[in-house]
Amino acid sequence: MTVKLPAHMHPSRSFQGLILTLHEYWANYGCVVLQPYDLEVGAGTFHPATTLRALGPKPWNAAYVQPSRRPKDGRYGENPNRLQHYYQYQVILKPNPVNLQELYLGSLDAIGVDPLLHDIRFVEDDWESPTLGAWGLGWECWCDGMEVSQFTYFQQVCGIECAPVAGELTYGLERLAMYVQGVDNVYDLNFNGREGAEKVTYGDVFLQAEQEYSRYNFEHADTAMLLKHFEDAEAECEALLKAGADRVDGKPHQMVLPAYDQCIKASHVFNLLDARGVISVTERQSYILRVRNLSRQCGEAFLQTEAGGFGYIGEAA
Amino acid sequence: MPDLLLELRSEEIPARMQRKAAGDLKKMVADGLVEAGLTYEAAREYWTPRRLTLDIRGLTARSRDVQEERRGPSTKAPEQAIAGFLRSAGLSDIGQAEIQSDPRKGDFYIARISKPGRAAEEIIAELIPAVIRAFPWPKSMRWGPASARPGSLHWVRPLQSIVCTFGPETEEPMVVDFEVGGIRSGNVTYGHRFHAPEAISVRRFEDYVAKLEAAKVVLDADRRKEIILADARNLAFANGLELVEDEGLLEEVSGLVEWPVVLLGEFEQDFLDIPAEVIRLTIRANQKCFVTRVQDEAENLSNRFILVANIEAKDGGKEIAHGNGKVVRARLSDAVHFWKTDQANVPDLGLLTASAERFGLDLAKPLDQRMARLDHLGVTFHAKLGTQGQRVERIARLAREIAPIVGADPELAARAAVLAKADLQTEIVGEFPELQGAMGRKYAALQGEDASVAAAIEEHYKPQGPSDRVPADPVSVAIALADKLDTLVGFWAIDEKPTGSKDPFALRRAALGVIRIVVENGVRLGLSDQFSHAATPILQGRLLDLPTVDLLSFFHDRLKVYLRDQGARHDLIDAVLAAGSHLISPSRGEIALSSNDDLLMIVRRVEALGKFLDSEDGKNLLAGTKRAANILAAEEKKKTRIADAVDPGLLAENTEKKLFAAVNQAEKEAGQAIQNEDFSAAMLALSALREPVDTFFEDVLVNAEDEAVRANRLALLARIRAATDQVADFSRIAG
Repeated sequence: MTVKLPAHMHPSRSFQGLILTLHEYWANYGCVVLQPYDLEVGAGTFHPATTLRALGPKPWNAAYVQPSRRPKDGRYGENPNRLQHYYQYQVILKPNPVNLQELYLGSLDAIGVDPLLHDIRFVEDDWESPTLGAWGLGWECWCDGMEVSQFTYFQQVCGIECAPVAGELTYGLERLAMYVQGVDNVYDLNFNGREGAEKVTYGDVFLQAEQEYSRYNFEHADTAMLLKHFEDAEAECEALLKAGADRVDGKPHQMVLPAYDQCIKASHVFNLLDARGVISVTERQSYILRVRNLSRQCGEAFLQTEAGGFGYIGEAA
Repeated sequence: MPDLLLELRSEEIPARMQRKAAGDLKKMVADGLVEAGLTYEAAREYWTPRRLTLDIRGLTARSRDVQEERRGPSTKAPEQAIAGFLRSAGLSDIGQAEIQSDPRKGDFYIARISKPGRAAEEIIAELIPAVIRAFPWPKSMRWGPASARPGSLHWVRPLQSIVCTFGPETEEPMVVDFEVGGIRSGNVTYGHRFHAPEAISVRRFEDYVAKLEAAKVVLDADRRKEIILADARNLAFANGLELVEDEGLLEEVSGLVEWPVVLLGEFEQDFLDIPAEVIRLTIRANQKCFVTRVQDEAENLSNRFILVANIEAKDGGKEIAHGNGKVVRARLSDAVHFWKTDQANVPDLGLLTASAERFGLDLAKPLDQRMARLDHLGVTFHAKLGTQGQRVERIARLAREIAPIVGADPELAARAAVLAKADLQTEIVGEFPELQGAMGRKYAALQGEDASVAAAIEEHYKPQGPSDRVPADPVSVAIALADKLDTLVGFWAIDEKPTGSKDPFALRRAALGVIRIVVENGVRLGLSDQFSHAATPILQGRLLDLPTVDLLSFFHDRLKVYLRDQGARHDLIDAVLAAGSHLISPSRGEIALSSNDDLLMIVRRVEALGKFLDSEDGKNLLAGTKRAANILAAEEKKKTRIADAVDPGLLAENTEKKLFAAVNQAEKEAGQAIQNEDFSAAMLALSALREPVDTFFEDVLVNAEDEAVRANRLALLARIRAATDQVADFSRIAG
């Protein structure tokens, strides 16, 4: 599965080339290549293509880039490694193929990481998302001592056992790009692969955004309004789940995805409130539990839909 | 005899689990084989990140035939009982059973079951899948298409292949055929993930190890450790450096590689400005690399570190070393950032005035700011014991009380106590909690605190266990005692005492710490007083009662453990602790109790008693006193009347008059000596009793016919017991 891109689009020269190479690699494998989800999320896992599709018996293979927002990690554009908005490349394969590790290593090879030149290691890292009621076992994948990906076998999502288990790969795109481009500051990444006047850097694209959002996240976000948004999203999520479940027997659930959107919103609002420092240690736990409660209900409802395997008999043996 | 080779190959097993898992595998398989009637000569386990391997030598090829006799019910038993017997004995008809006669019970059935031996491979094929299914991983997972169904196999990470061969050295071994979780056993494995991805067929352990080695896998973890250590030392030496050894890290790193290749990485000299411990921990925790010193440097680190790669890279490891250097640099930049932040003003300085006043803090100083912040944020220590700020207030108060007792300046003690927990608010301690205390000391020194204040911030956590160093500087001693006593009294007040093996707040360690500090520094400390000092602010406004007696007896238990470890006789400790228990007067009972709350005095008494009992006088007095005590106990049991006091008028014999005089004298002298805390003198005074006691028992019949005389003589024996009881309860001494 060799990927042919013009030289300036090679991952060692361009950020977008890295993304395109991964797209092509995983498209060739048979994944549906999706676009980012259009809501603010803290990680690629929140995309319904992962959270919800990891549930139920139906096979599902997808790959996509997901902008991830971590309001607390903002550094006003002053830290060469930390961003409040960055990209994750997410691959979800259900059930996980037995050669998932080899597939992953193949993707590194595709972006120019030679395993006989670089020291690639799978170092224990158990993944857990308290808000999603999810956990799995796997590794941090190290390249010459740097963590470049997360590799997880999902065991539980939304508090529900995964049957079958899905394998999730999450590439930290900026880190990986900094590595293959040999750059020490994220803002120096070559974005488009051109040189001279035509060159566009990561900083050209995102530096101003990092500065502005850091101001917003830490100083200006209206906490009273956000608290209300949290309550509203929570209420809406539950109302939609209830309305969608109110159906003639034998019909699938009618409104899981819109309800799950509200769960995502509640989670992001919680992250913003957390960055503003208005949530005390004791309250923190209760907010996490409230989001988890929503995700659990969404997951249970999703199993009552066609995509979640409602009425699914399975493939002919 | 045949050998068994078993390899369970999986995706990367967490380093910290490998050693135990391999041991569990050996134990479970070996136990299972023995239980099935096989024997073996030797078994050894091996592991790498990707495999657990077991080498069993000299396994018997078959289990023995077994003849078993099973006794059944009486021939007259109801049909049901007979049917049950047939089932359990595996017979189809009662005609297959024999009948035996018992003279008392009559005729009954007996079944002779002969179990033929089984071939070892059959036993193995049954045993291994069962071991795999029941394997005790601390955390395990499901995977792949099979995980769609309930009851699918669990393993630590996906299990990929199983090698299981069996056979004698002289023959081609066979594959023991079985299947577990969709994986069929065979004789094929794989070498190094990148260097040797091709399949390898193996026969038995010898060629298996050799072929793996050729495929760049060192099977033996201890050999990998030796290679890493030797190569790291050599590489360091060749570069004018010295490896800073770290056994825990070595163990972990040896579990991360199958083919260790040691390389040297580098970071900028500037980073060496931060404390060596911070550099070491940063590089160790995040990058799993070793730090080095320039040769002949005692403490300072060099700017080069040693990493262990898993491949022989095409470029000799240049890229790997360069990449690791970059990551180490980024991590150290974070550490420098933390180090600088910790010495700069906190962002919420304006909010800290009230807390600063409460603790007499100087907000111009960074560590003072951190303490003010710890208080201001209301960080919880324990839900029922208030905030860290409240705790520091209590410790400071108690440290002031204790300071004069241990010879510390109360002002310095109070200052040290107030700063002792401030580093919990520093970034570096947030990142590396194990540096608590050590960082506080460094920051205190940087802001010009008195040297003993700075030292006390680190040392007040000591001793951390039986072998840790005990603080000796008076200021450190005061804070260390105050900190531990506050903890113990607090958790006793809220009834969170250790139970069985559970001691989540490390209270046993705290009590041992108090004991070691007091005894090894020769500190006289009345524990009961300190308990009540410590308890006052904790109990404030609460309807709690501090179980002082219970806490004291906890200390006594820990003291016994401590003294026993020091080689003291267990019975002597009991005897000393029980001293005074036979005193009749309640007021004297209290005296006895309070003297038991001075740990140093208890230890001195045990020492004096031990010496005394080694002497001839001691041994004889012990015998005489025990005799007196035994007679008294027997008569007390019979409810024989014992006079309340000795009536000198009723003393008829010369011998008993002499004894009475000697007891009066010894009791008085011993009492005086104890007042003066001179236990040897007390023992000496008691030893004067030896001769009159011996003569008394030779010449005088305690059980006199005259009831009044008898009661009086028993009272005299009671006085002997009481006199010795001032020092120790002799009845508890063995021998």
